[in-house]
Amino acid sequence: MDSLQLFTRQTKAISTARRSLLVIESIPGIRYNEIVDVQLGTGETRIGQVIEVGKETTVVQVFGGVSEVDLLNSRVRYKGETLKLPVSGDIMGRLFDGSGNPIDGGPPIVADTYLDINGVPANPASRMPPAEFIETGISAIDGLNVLVRGQKLPIFSGSGLPHNKIAAQILRQASLKGKSEEFAIVFGAIGVSYDDAGYCISNLEETGALSRTVAFINTASSPVIERLSTPRLALTAAEYLAWEHDMHVLVILTDITNYCDALRELAAMRGEIPSRRGYPGYMYTDLASLYERAGRISGKEGSVTIIPILTMPDDDITHPIADLTGYITEGQIVLSRALERKRIYPPIDVFLSLSRMMKEGIGEGNTREDHNNVFMQSYAVYAEGNYLREISTVIGSEALSDRDRVYLSASDRFEEEFISQAENNRRTVEETLELAWNIFSMLPREDLKLIQEEYIKKYLPEAPENRVTTETG
Amino acid sequence: MGKIWKISGPVVIAEDMRGSQVYEVVDVGDERLSGEIIGLERDKAVIQVYEDTVGLRVGEPVTGTGEILMVELGPGLVGNIYDGVQRSLVTMMDDIGDFLVRGVRTDALDRKKKWHFTPSVKTGDMVQEGDIIGNVPETGLIEHRIMVPIGTQGTILEISEGEFTIEETVALLEHEGAKKPLTLMQKWPARKPRLYKQRFVPEDLLVTGTRIIDYLFPLALGGKAAIPGGFGTGKTVCLQQMARWSQTQLNIYVGCGERGNEMADVLHSFKKLKDPATGRLLQEKEIFIANTSNMPVVAREISIFIGITMAEYFRDMGYDVLLVADSTSRWAEAMREIGARLEETPGEEGFPTYLGSRLSAFYERSGRVTCIGKPERMGSATVIGSVSPPGADFSEPVTQATLRIVDVLYSLDVALANKRHFPTINWLQSYSLYADSVDKWWNRISPDYNEIRDKALITLQHEAELEEIVRLVGPEALPEDDKLVLLAARMIREDFLMQSAYHPVDTYTEPKRTHLMLSTIMKLYGLAKEATESGMLVNEISSSKILPRISRMKDIPNEEFDDYMKQLWSDMDKNPFV
Ligand SMILES: Nc1ncnc2c1ncn2[C@@H]1O[C@H](COP(=O)(O)OP(=O)(O)OP(=O)(O)O)[C@@H](O)[C@H]1O
Ligand SMILES: [Mg+2]
Repeated sequence: MDSLQLFTRQTKAISTARRSLLVIESIPGIRYNEIVDVQLGTGETRIGQVIEVGKETTVVQVFGGVSEVDLLNSRVRYKGETLKLPVSGDIMGRLFDGSGNPIDGGPPIVADTYLDINGVPANPASRMPPAEFIETGISAIDGLNVLVRGQKLPIFSGSGLPHNKIAAQILRQASLKGKSEEFAIVFGAIGVSYDDAGYCISNLEETGALSRTVAFINTASSPVIERLSTPRLALTAAEYLAWEHDMHVLVILTDITNYCDALRELAAMRGEIPSRRGYPGYMYTDLASLYERAGRISGKEGSVTIIPILTMPDDDITHPIADLTGYITEGQIVLSRALERKRIYPPIDVFLSLSRMMKEGIGEGNTREDHNNVFMQSYAVYAEGNYLREISTVIGSEALSDRDRVYLSASDRFEEEFISQAENNRRTVEETLELAWNIFSMLPREDLKLIQEEYIKKYLPEAPENRVTTETG
Repeated sequence: MGKIWKISGPVVIAEDMRGSQVYEVVDVGDERLSGEIIGLERDKAVIQVYEDTVGLRVGEPVTGTGEILMVELGPGLVGNIYDGVQRSLVTMMDDIGDFLVRGVRTDALDRKKKWHFTPSVKTGDMVQEGDIIGNVPETGLIEHRIMVPIGTQGTILEISEGEFTIEETVALLEHEGAKKPLTLMQKWPARKPRLYKQRFVPEDLLVTGTRIIDYLFPLALGGKAAIPGGFGTGKTVCLQQMARWSQTQLNIYVGCGERGNEMADVLHSFKKLKDPATGRLLQEKEIFIANTSNMPVVAREISIFIGITMAEYFRDMGYDVLLVADSTSRWAEAMREIGARLEETPGEEGFPTYLGSRLSAFYERSGRVTCIGKPERMGSATVIGSVSPPGADFSEPVTQATLRIVDVLYSLDVALANKRHFPTINWLQSYSLYADSVDKWWNRISPDYNEIRDKALITLQHEAELEEIVRLVGPEALPEDDKLVLLAARMIREDFLMQSAYHPVDTYTEPKRTHLMLSTIMKLYGLAKEATESGMLVNEISSSKILPRISRMKDIPNEEFDDYMKQLWSDMDKNPFV
């Protein structure tokens, strides 16, 4: 980023170097947490960050491999300012690295303004509760775990599961019901492989979405410190587009696991006392400083919707990265290896998945009047079927009653017809609800306890044969 | 005036600070960030800063205010929204816009607004601390009773009805020759419990409208309860429901380190929803404190004490007050973060060794008391805190320390959440130590309370035991009487315990109705037992027409409920299983 080059002052008075920490004699004007430039004795340059300022000494953490000898002969250059992103309407359609420098061969951004990449917290009293339904075209989401504008809804994935495909499908298909307006896309790739970053970019390119995308890409081989700045740059850009340019912005951040690992690595280098599994005790707060930047502000047109993607180490949902994320976000879309093995795409585990903003975004005027009832009844049926499947593995399905066997097959159909859909299949929410009603039509009518009578009369297909299939791919 | 000497996260050390005192509020840096002195050594002061310290420089000024952190108490609290250090977020929105820029000062209470004060004592009366001298109708639901501040007494020289701001003198006292003006506002240090005359064992039900709470694990006015549960298990919804529907006079909602969108949701819904008892807007009986997870960590610690001080203040007026705090884990983590910066010796999992005592300093401020001052009155402050255990593992320090203090546990269950059984309060693990004292309250509604509650709990317990057998042999292999237990337990779970927070009728159930709903299920269970004993099969019972009618009981509007139930009971008495 161009502001990074503007280091104005420097010092050579380095007193000690231990691990990655440099203790320098204090210099007037250096700011707490500012990013500095450390020039090593060898002439190489490293980035550092001020992590403690005192009257006599200042502690700088240097990122990137350095030895103590290097550090002893280095000098620190600083500019007396914290990290800022230059922004203007021209950032649309551009690709940047994790420091905010263009990497698409285009010209530098002529800034309208420079924004602090840490953002400023929104006043809770100014926030508007997210409520507008986003149709992703994916039944497991639109039917049961609805995404709304201004929500933060992560994808909890595992290594090798198709989270990139799903994210790409959402980006391609997401729209507001009944409106043609398209989302602006901000893409933050954190410590991902070239292949993964390339997959996402080319996907956006193919669908022509690249012109409404801003991408910040920190690949696995770029500096670790940039893993921390990449999402902040992306969110700063998103906020700028949403609050200054009235756009509805969809932010994809991938992979949060790399972000957290960088946080852990840097904390360990400072010798901090770790919390669970070596991650720092303040990781909740740190992640919140990213995710909480989603939302809507009353009186402003735009919105920031965030879909962070993380891979759960060992598929463990109690791992601190998934756990702390779940404690901050408004639900989660969880991918399941078991469904993936059954070749169900998208392999969304609807029991572990949740959208907490759903109730505001569904129903009459948003989706359809029966949506909430269908949602509750679907869970009841699928949960019952799943439980029966579990016990039938021990006792055999012959030992079940006829009624129970109906539930077994309803839950199979639920996976095969409702959850499963092709990567290029975009279902309307009405089609999604119809699929659920078709499955309900297998069950005894009085079992539909969670649906109001009038909706049963209106939407329940007469006989199971009447079922509609919308699958095309 | 001092100068910044060192900055490390939210902790700043300032030099040239001689003459300051611990807990004094200070302005830090050129931007005048607000902070509080937490330690003094020679001329240096250790300060915790309530705002983000990024960008501060050594040498920037630090100025003491001479005051320790005080909560402003007076008309204007109700309906307001505060941040963690009692800055009014409503005022900030009007003054500086939608984002919380640093270094902004706002008064907690509006200094300009006029309130109508009506005295209840007259010139010449002798008044003591805690005495009520008059009232201000603060909202349609809260009459703000103006009390003589603690430590003040005297003879009333002047007092009059009229319109006053919170700083104007409403009464003049004389004591031993000295005159003292009284205003509508008083201040109290947040960390110090307010005084009362005597404490009593909580024994009156706090009606929450949530059936599993009111009937099975009741909370008493003045009690203390905890709601631990993994993410997404429904802690926030539970607390919101209580803050909405509880039959208390005033509620305080402290959002501590949680979501901004959730706060927005609460704030907006309270502007629309009506109190079931009075039909007035809920926000007329609510105070909000919002320190969301992206707001400064340090302010989380104090926010909870500010909330409880407000609760005690209204308790002292003779009201029943409920405070809900979401989440005490974020509060504990804030203490851990500051502790680490101060290089204190950490206790379990890095939490400070004083975690337990700080938690009890909070929960112990709940209680049912007789208040200081005339007229004689009783008030209560009930406290409920959510706990967010990492990985939903209750063996962690915050949950464990909390369980040693509270009398009621609502244990939320991830497995129930996955099945969308809400509220996810686990009926086998939760408990209430007040169950034995509030049964007197329930017996006024029905003498059968204890019997029905016990039967329901036993049935659920029995189901859990049978469940293990079912997993081995399947449900069809069970004898008929066991199948019936499963059916009854299922009805208790689905038709009584499950309660949607989002259904207009189901969201709040009054106690009489709660009792009638469970009695109906237990009655049917009794009839079904008789029927199976005379040879009927449980499968026939479960497909009988009466069952769906019992399931629909939840959704029947209050006006139609009595008729619906009369019909239901008369049909049950005739020939239930046709
Ligand atoms: N009583 C209820 N009725 C209907 N839905 C509920 C109820 N309680 C919880 N839910 C559902 O569960 C979701 C999660 O609840 P909630 O946000 O209260 O969880 P939480 O325990 O506070 O999670 P976290 O610790 O992450 O804040 C809600 O968004 C809602 O969809
Ligand atoms: Mg919550």
